[in-house]
Amino acid sequence: MKAKAKSQYLWGLFFLGLFLLNYPLLSLYNIPEKWMGMPVLFLFFFAFWALIIVLTYWVIKKTDSKNNAE
Amino acid sequence: MLSKGLIIAFTFGYLALLFAIAFFSEQSAKKGKSYATNPYIYALSLAVYCTAWTYYGSVGRAATNGLEFLTIYIGPSLIAPLWWVIMRKIIRISKVQRISSIADFISSRYGKNITLGGVVTLFCLIGIIPYTSIQIKAVATSFDILQYAAPPIQNFQVPFYQDTAFYLALGLAFFTVLFGTRDAEATAKHEGMVMAIAFESLFKLLAFLVVGVFVTYFVYDGFKDIFDQASLRNLDHLFTLQGDNGPSEWFWMSMLSMMAILFLPRQFQMAVMENSDEKHLDKAIWLFPVYLLLINVFVFPIALGGLVHFSDANVDADTYVLALPIAYNQNWLAIFVYLGGFSAATSMIIVSTISLSNMVSNNLIIPVLLLNEKLKSRLQNELGEKVIWIRRTTIFLIILFAYIYYREVSEKFSLVSIGLISFVAIAQFTPAILGGIFWKNGARLGALWGIVAGFGVWFFTLVVPTIVTAGYLPESLMTEGLFGISVLKPYSLFGMENMSYVTHGLFFSLSLNVLLYVLISLFTEQTSKEHNQALVFVDIFKYSTTLDSSIIWKGQAYLPDLKALLHNFIGEEKTESVFQQYIKQSEKPFNQSNYADPELVNYCERILSGVIGSASARIMVGSVVKEEEISMEEVLGILRETQELKFLNLQFKQKSKELKKASEKLREMNETLRLNDMLKDEFISTVTHEMKTPITSIRAFSEILLDEDLPEKDKKRFLNIIIEETKRMSRLIDQVLDLERFDSGRQKLNLENTDVKILILQAADSMLQVFKEKGLKFYIQLDIDELALTLDEDRIKQVVLNLLSNASKFAKSKVVLEAKLSEEKQLLVRVKDDGKGVPEEETPFIFDKFFQAKNQTSKKPIGSGLGLAISKKIIEYHGGNIHVERKGNMTCFEFSLPINEDVQNKITYPIDHD
Repeated sequence: MKAKAKSQYLWGLFFLGLFLLNYPLLSLYNIPEKWMGMPVLFLFFFAFWALIIVLTYWVIKKTDSKNNAE
Repeated sequence: MLSKGLIIAFTFGYLALLFAIAFFSEQSAKKGKSYATNPYIYALSLAVYCTAWTYYGSVGRAATNGLEFLTIYIGPSLIAPLWWVIMRKIIRISKVQRISSIADFISSRYGKNITLGGVVTLFCLIGIIPYTSIQIKAVATSFDILQYAAPPIQNFQVPFYQDTAFYLALGLAFFTVLFGTRDAEATAKHEGMVMAIAFESLFKLLAFLVVGVFVTYFVYDGFKDIFDQASLRNLDHLFTLQGDNGPSEWFWMSMLSMMAILFLPRQFQMAVMENSDEKHLDKAIWLFPVYLLLINVFVFPIALGGLVHFSDANVDADTYVLALPIAYNQNWLAIFVYLGGFSAATSMIIVSTISLSNMVSNNLIIPVLLLNEKLKSRLQNELGEKVIWIRRTTIFLIILFAYIYYREVSEKFSLVSIGLISFVAIAQFTPAILGGIFWKNGARLGALWGIVAGFGVWFFTLVVPTIVTAGYLPESLMTEGLFGISVLKPYSLFGMENMSYVTHGLFFSLSLNVLLYVLISLFTEQTSKEHNQALVFVDIFKYSTTLDSSIIWKGQAYLPDLKALLHNFIGEEKTESVFQQYIKQSEKPFNQSNYADPELVNYCERILSGVIGSASARIMVGSVVKEEEISMEEVLGILRETQELKFLNLQFKQKSKELKKASEKLREMNETLRLNDMLKDEFISTVTHEMKTPITSIRAFSEILLDEDLPEKDKKRFLNIIIEETKRMSRLIDQVLDLERFDSGRQKLNLENTDVKILILQAADSMLQVFKEKGLKFYIQLDIDELALTLDEDRIKQVVLNLLSNASKFAKSKVVLEAKLSEEKQLLVRVKDDGKGVPEEETPFIFDKFFQAKNQTSKKPIGSGLGLAISKKIIEYHGGNIHVERKGNMTCFEFSLPINEDVQNKITYPIDHD
């Protein structure tokens, strides 16, 4: 992982989040069903949300905060 | 239910706790131990985003619209990674330019414009005061629910002096004044306030998680049970996004919350003003989304749980969080939850009013005061202390207004609806700010008209309907449109249907805003000041180091005036320290004349900006500085020059370093060349001198021979001399050519396997006659057996002969020739004689060309002076070594030749000419 490309990775995460947690992809899991007793939409929202957070944490850990994102 | 006294005791007890936290944090910060300078505190303080709306309102929203409420929290989580790009830039700009609020930021970007700052401040007030009022409403409602177990209807008949909410509001105002306006400097950090807010964030999260766990696992049997119960009561429609909550709705709401998290005044205050280190963003980027995720996990279960439990009762869904514990008689839990909601509301009120009061004082009141010449001259000297009082009064007024608004209007609306309307108001600043930090051409008029028009549409589409609902405007406005024009219906402009009113308002206001901002910016010219600021903002990472010198200012200020100005605002002591700091920073002696240079003027203006805002600071400094208007070209030129100079300077430094190295090398080479040249000159003069001697004698004898009367015997003698001299000349020429070949590296050795013993003996043999003639004793001592070496036989023989013949010339009585093997696997050959030897100081030069010749001034030269030089070359070509030393009373010439290694490898040709 290139430490210098921090802002590019973060931009990537922004778009990934926008892609996962938005229409039209959202319509795929916006279904009136339950998995393990939980509404599918509820599960997917929190799963994708947590995924984005974990990835953000990972990017921050792996890149160098001293480099400027200019 | 719980007694009123007990609830009031807990509420004010909690406030007292906040006071204590703030007080002790400030005390320890004064002692140098700052708890607030910490990435975790920073991330927690950002959670001021979660207000009573989150705490109570989300549940209410979820109970009617399902999971749609999540957009408000997913949006900020999505944009969080970009804080590194956007926030960091804003933070850097604000630090460098000493910006104190979002209004100051926009005004500063567009040429420190007073109008723009004032407009932004005004709109912030209009947008945020209702938002603040719903916080008071939430506190008051929760207070009453706790007290009566049901929302009161008759609350508003109580006069305000009997209303608890009024006293709570006063308490909050007091807290805010105490910990939010310590310093006249608006950019100063509020350690105590930040710690109190961080504590509140932690407290509300904990309270909400506790009630979530209580509802999910104690009232019900886990998530699955709640969802099953909800299904049984036909609440399945809440599990998916339906109807109004279509794609565009979802998208716009996400966008709205992204803009809110960036530019809400309270977020700006916490994220930018209270930021002590840009690196704290690193933690906040993932920690803040974690916070949002945690506080939202139980919202949906609580909403469903409430719907299931209160399915027949008439309970406002906004109050489920509190109503559920009360319904199960968990009084202490209810108090805890109530305090959690209280903390959510108070944190928002405190931070919002601080930032609003900064805006009002620095961007509204002071500029207006300063614009009036009379007031300006009267107030100039006491404005410093007035600033703080303006802010304190503003805080009280804002909270009072919010309270009045709550009494008059808020009761008719839900928490979320008013919150969203505020969000849309704040979203109007997005084009001006984002455009301002990424687009140099964004112009003042564009920003101004964009914001004003956006606000107009916002007011019409979102605020007017609330006024209609409140009964102050006729209903017909909603159904028939403004002036009866049907395309101007507030909820469906141009007949746009199928959008929720918030999305509808956001779409139209923001579209018009962006359109005007871009178009007007493209068609107007920026003034020089404005362009200067635009460049600094957009390229802040380039300019932040050379700021004072890169800012354009053509003017002079009288130093005492400037000092007096600062003195009025920050006091004598601080003025001195500020000046001292400047001298230290600029590293140049203080100008002895009474005039301040442009850099100092800029520096003072920035210091002043921190106190009264950039636009006001500009006015104040302008009043003591004789400023000349400068043209756009000059601004651009100077800015470019600064950058180019910086760059060039760097390049120049590097180049000069390289140059220095190169010139050093050249100098060395030149030295060698000069030396070589000198040697060559010397060599030529010596050679010609050497040639002249035989030629002179040849010529003399030849002339004598022309005389025919000479006896035959003499003729023969003279001819012999001529022949001898000619031989000497050709020998000299041969040697010179030899030496030249060795020197240039063109000499090739004729390497063969040779028996060393035979070689030495042959050389000695040919000298025997010479020694005999001179009457010298000659000893040979060979300590070697059969030894075959690969070498050039003739050349080595030449060396031995040369050494022996030299010895014969200088020896008094005997010459010794030794050959043996050394310990280092070398063949050592020594030639000793008992002559007077080489003087100590001349030994280093004895192998130089013509050395001997040079020093034979009186006598006729015995040799050419090239023999030893050639010998040295030959030995070196063989990888050996030659030197001279004094051993006992004998002069000893010794050369060594390597045995083991292949001589071929040892041969080093100085220059390869082939």
